Amino acid sequence: MAEGDRVKQALRILRSPLLSTALVLLLLILFGWIKYPGFGSAFTFVTLIQDHSHLGIVAVGVTLVILSGGIDLSVGAAIGLGTVVMAVMMQHHYSVGLAIAATILLLTVGGALQGLIVHGFTVPPFLITLGGMFLYRGCALLITTDQIPVRNPGFDAISNISYRFLPWMHFKPTPSVSLQGILLVAVLIVAGVMLRWTRFGRNIYAVGGSESSALLMGLPVARTKIAVYAWSGLCAGIASLSALVGQPAGAALRAQGLELDAIAVAVIGGTLLTGGVGSATGTFMGLVIYGVIEKIVSFQGALPAWTRITVGALLLAFILLQQWLRRFATRDAAA
Amino acid sequence: MTFPGPATPPPPPPQPPIPSQTTPALAGDARTSLLTRLRSLPLLWPIVALLVLLLVDLIHSPAFFHIRLINTAAAGEAAHWQFFGSPIDILNRGAPVMLMALGMAMVIGTGGIDLSVGAVMAISGAIAAAMLVPNQTAFIGMTPKGTAAAILLGLLLAGLAGVWNGVLVAIFRVQPIVATLVLMVAGRGIAQLITRDLQPAIPESTWPAFAYLGRGTLFWLPVPVTVVTLVAIATILITRLTALGLFIESIGNNPVASAYAGVPARLVTILAYTFSGLCAGLAGLIQSSNVMSADPNKTGLNRELDAILAVAVGGTALTGGRFSLIGALLGALIMQTLDTTILTSSLPSETTMVVEAIVVIAICLLQSEKLRSLVVRAFSVLWPRATA
Repeated sequence: MAEGDRVKQALRILRSPLLSTALVLLLLILFGWIKYPGFGSAFTFVTLIQDHSHLGIVAVGVTLVILSGGIDLSVGAAIGLGTVVMAVMMQHHYSVGLAIAATILLLTVGGALQGLIVHGFTVPPFLITLGGMFLYRGCALLITTDQIPVRNPGFDAISNISYRFLPWMHFKPTPSVSLQGILLVAVLIVAGVMLRWTRFGRNIYAVGGSESSALLMGLPVARTKIAVYAWSGLCAGIASLSALVGQPAGAALRAQGLELDAIAVAVIGGTLLTGGVGSATGTFMGLVIYGVIEKIVSFQGALPAWTRITVGALLLAFILLQQWLRRFATRDAAA
Repeated sequence: MTFPGPATPPPPPPQPPIPSQTTPALAGDARTSLLTRLRSLPLLWPIVALLVLLLVDLIHSPAFFHIRLINTAAAGEAAHWQFFGSPIDILNRGAPVMLMALGMAMVIGTGGIDLSVGAVMAISGAIAAAMLVPNQTAFIGMTPKGTAAAILLGLLLAGLAGVWNGVLVAIFRVQPIVATLVLMVAGRGIAQLITRDLQPAIPESTWPAFAYLGRGTLFWLPVPVTVVTLVAIATILITRLTALGLFIESIGNNPVASAYAGVPARLVTILAYTFSGLCAGLAGLIQSSNVMSADPNKTGLNRELDAILAVAVGGTALTGGRFSLIGALLGALIMQTLDTTILTSSLPSETTMVVEAIVVIAICLLQSEKLRSLVVRAFSVLWPRATA
């Protein structure tokens, strides 16, 4: 009996979407490594993370929203607005710290407001965050339709922050990670810890699993749902800083369509779009898979369109896998 | 299929009470039934919104409704009459979104959603360009196949895309948002592959027949307007004269129950998505014919959102179970009129997105049962007799 239970346990782990994500990632990296020398170096990995830092940060934000059973389409437009607000404030000689803080605060409050409407009036989050997307993009366009370059010594100083890791290993050149990478890792760690070890994190899973059950259990459903959207806004604020560090010019039309990539990254990372299943680790793996696919496509010299198609195909594979797993789960529950 | 939350249609307006009642009670009843009737008339608000917008336009420019029938033929050619005027312009520019809104209304009626229509537009435009100017696309060296092939192949691919979505939703039981997200992400990539990420220009002098689709005149109207009208009439007739419309709504209400009741739920769902794909394909062909080019990156970008918005503005709840094709058309027209109003007014054109955002949020709130009951409660406190 115990033996059978253990086997069942093992099978359950094998069936976890996270494992398939890890497997896909491993296969992709192996493929790249065998085909192209230098593909697997720490340098490639670090640049990959830095280049996709803002995508990763909003993907972590969106992951929490999806976990709670919602969706957030406004994050791409939020980055556009965020870069514009920061750049314009710095252009008007506000201090760098104030510009960054104000942007992050603005987007967090914006997210919380969307959460408030979604929960307070029980309207589809899809439409409300779509409205948020239009609003952010429209406000950014109203502020300026131009590209605003950032010329600010304080901001340059912040941009040049980097962390040299493993100095005692005497790698040449010493690997270092820029502010973008640091921001991504920080957001990931915070999200991971929050999801795993805090009451708020567990509440998100409960609400996403079944909102009515969570309510009957006496969990603070309203607070959790609003906080999740606020968190997504906060992530979008941090992501706009990261985007501005990567390319120091604020423009209203930056990060168009990023919300879709973020959702795709979360799903490839094993997050169920119906809510309740997923993790920050998974989303990080999803991000790396996205980056590795892009790298392989560029190494192959193929059209960048192949990245989209491959990501779409992977998305399909994962969705079907999730579907299959869910059918298994219901059969288990029935048995 | 397990779609969330079957929508319960509002109760039909109560029959007027027997006229032999005392006057005060009758007055109260009349007010109540007016309120109930207003709440149960789905097309009232879209019509009011459109009329208000048109009124603003009329006040702003008195010549707004001045529609002229003009002979556009050059001297020596056969007479070629066409209507001109701002309303015709609005219809013409709104044609692609109106088409997509028709398909989207059907899909939303089944309780689904189709996020891929923008990408499908890009695909059909790209394949049409590939048939007409293959050397500027991935089909280098192929002889041009002509307008008929371009249109047929564009529609075929778009229909296939719809079938694909429908099969994922109906057979594999994938959540519609997710199922169509796949094509939304990958579809634009396919369009980019077809055109090698270029923007092939289609010369009008070589392909006048293709240019006719987006720029020509039929029955004194721009061809896109005529096409939308014909498609709309055909769709309304097919869904409302046959049981198809009822089938779609029953699936949206409860897919399992309708399957038990003998409705071919899977087939009808696949048909709805296929129709949506076909509409998007036609919209893509019209768009690329209008600009005589195919831009895989820009064609149809965010158009899926416009189409969903048009359906929602038209009073169709996104929960499914009910759909109004006329509402969808009205919704698309409202959005286009809003666009035109802002463009012709002295407001900066960037205001459009902000206004659109406010419209989306307002529509959502209007459709929210919670807000409605709050309003009704506030109403009953302020004016007790009306709801007594």
